[in-house]
Amino acid sequence: MADSIVTPSRSRDLDKLLLRPGNLVGPNFEPGVELRDDLREYARILVVGAGGLGCELLKDLALSGFKNLEVIDMDRIEVSNLNRQFLFRVEDVGKPKAEVAAKRVMERVSGVNIVPHFCRIEDKEIEFYNDFNIIVLGLDSIEARSYINAVACGFLEYASDDKPREETIKPMVDGGTEGFKGHARVIVPGVTPCFECTIWLFPPQVKFPLCTLAETPRNAAHCIEYAHLIKWDEVHSGKAFDADDPEHMKWVYSEAVKRAELFGIPGVTYSLTQGVVKNIIPAIASTNAIISAACALETLKIASGFSKTLSNYLTYNGVEGLHIKVTEFVRDKDCLVCGSGVLIELDTSVTLEKVISISLGSAVTWGLNIIVDYHKFGLVCVLVLGVEFIHQLEEHPKLLLSKASVTHRGKNLYMQAPPVLEEMTRSNLSLPLYDLMGKIPKDIVHVTGTTDKHDKKTSCLRKLRVAFKGIDGITDMDMAGGA
Amino acid sequence: MIKLFKVKEKQREIAENANANGKSPIKKQSAGELRLHKDISELNLPKTCGIVFPNGKDDLMNFEVTIRPDEGYYLGGTFLFSFQVSPIYPHEAPKVKCKTKVYHPNIDLEGNVCLNILREDWKPVLNINTIIYGLFHLFTQPNCEDPLNHEAAAVLRDNPKLFESNVRRAMAGGYVGQTFFTRCM
Repeated sequence: MADSIVTPSRSRDLDKLLLRPGNLVGPNFEPGVELRDDLREYARILVVGAGGLGCELLKDLALSGFKNLEVIDMDRIEVSNLNRQFLFRVEDVGKPKAEVAAKRVMERVSGVNIVPHFCRIEDKEIEFYNDFNIIVLGLDSIEARSYINAVACGFLEYASDDKPREETIKPMVDGGTEGFKGHARVIVPGVTPCFECTIWLFPPQVKFPLCTLAETPRNAAHCIEYAHLIKWDEVHSGKAFDADDPEHMKWVYSEAVKRAELFGIPGVTYSLTQGVVKNIIPAIASTNAIISAACALETLKIASGFSKTLSNYLTYNGVEGLHIKVTEFVRDKDCLVCGSGVLIELDTSVTLEKVISISLGSAVTWGLNIIVDYHKFGLVCVLVLGVEFIHQLEEHPKLLLSKASVTHRGKNLYMQAPPVLEEMTRSNLSLPLYDLMGKIPKDIVHVTGTTDKHDKKTSCLRKLRVAFKGIDGITDMDMAGGA
Repeated sequence: MIKLFKVKEKQREIAENANANGKSPIKKQSAGELRLHKDISELNLPKTCGIVFPNGKDDLMNFEVTIRPDEGYYLGGTFLFSFQVSPIYPHEAPKVKCKTKVYHPNIDLEGNVCLNILREDWKPVLNINTIIYGLFHLFTQPNCEDPLNHEAAAVLRDNPKLFESNVRRAMAGGYVGQTFFTRCM
């Protein structure tokens, strides 16, 4: 290591970026050999997906001076991948993509260490993702992006002034391609919009009315969807259709052909069947390469600071000529996933019921006050949040929430409606919130209810950062023993 | 951010050596689940509709709705629908199936439902309440224009009296043509 101080690295271009000062650099950029070495030594990057984009990303990142890479992908290599997923060969068909991709890049780029993970992203513990400095996404679905985004934003913590704590920020670089179009974006949770902030930008999926499929098919896609959605269930009662099973796909294709002949519709082919059923748009190798290059570059920028990062969404369109544009999207300040939420501090003894007398009797000092009202048939729980609750929260707008339902880490603590759920959760009202939350000193709670805004009742869904007083990150011994 | 990464990497090594004391695995709540939580907690169902959660109070993503029409051809029947909600709800509409075999122009014998807001006209501003009201509407106003059960639609269009008696027969449990319907009254 010591002699690398004088030797240029094998990449002259990388040296130009990392060893020399510049005018357009990011904050805290300190060019030099140490930076180059630190990138190799300390930056840990996860590549999610080892498909068309993933192969390119692994190669690009390995050649950009990163040494510690890991890759996760649940798929096995198929023949149809080979035209663009250039790390794979005919003899690899059937093997896990992550493993083969890691092996091939390590063979070609000396010194790089790539750890493959052949599994679903949901199968990994959440903490697995916390070990990486940057997560680079080469995915093809909204679901998977949304999941990784939620995980990465889940690590984000806000200080009491609602500023994100830098050491908890997990930056992501997201790439995506569809035929000749693609995008690359930088997501710095708490700073730039997260995936969920802008999810509404996705166009709705094209879905044909079932009755059109059943009665009046007009094109080849209608015939295919008929075979896929209606005929399949009719014939294979109870057996789920598996889009990755070639036998299933062939069956749908042959049924679609029959249907098309019946209505005199041309154009049903096997590849169109796959396209319609799996929502596949032909992938273009060069689009992947361009998008991947943009993503790898952004990753290097985030890590080293040799240049300011893209802010924050690049779109590429190569359909006719070439068009590239960068748009700066804005955060949704009320985003449930990356937003700061409302900070609330509570005593560990606060139960839903205990607070009744306090909030009814005296001024509201608790931040979280629950008035329980004995209605004819049961309890109606009213959460009054943030009213006057003093100095630390002065910056917050008043937030008056009635008819609140509370959920914490997938557990529904209290539900206003429907009656079946209200009944099931009613007993929680008398328990301390601290206990209900598993005696965690601070955590996120989500509350839905009705709020009064400008004298108009609107329903809302809010994120709360609940912190319990007197517990400093460490659970008291006697508290822990009590459970 | 490399300075930060460096510090964190060193902390990570220390933590690993100290065998970080057992953090319980955290369940990730998707944005879809949160939105659904809101939808469910704001449900405002007519008396003719019921809802149950077969997997308990913490799984809202899978539930069943029963509809008992209080007027029209289907008066007196009870119809069960299953709802499956995806993690990217409301970007994607819930998958709704009718679990009760029903003689209906817009519901086929496999339980597929032809309701525009479940497919082509779904929008994220719609919610579970809207869907349930939509389903309810199918029973009070069956629509022979967009048939999924072709024969039932033809009968409704050409001979409403016969349609009515067919519906009665199916709901009471019996054959309509070649198809057997189990009792749902």
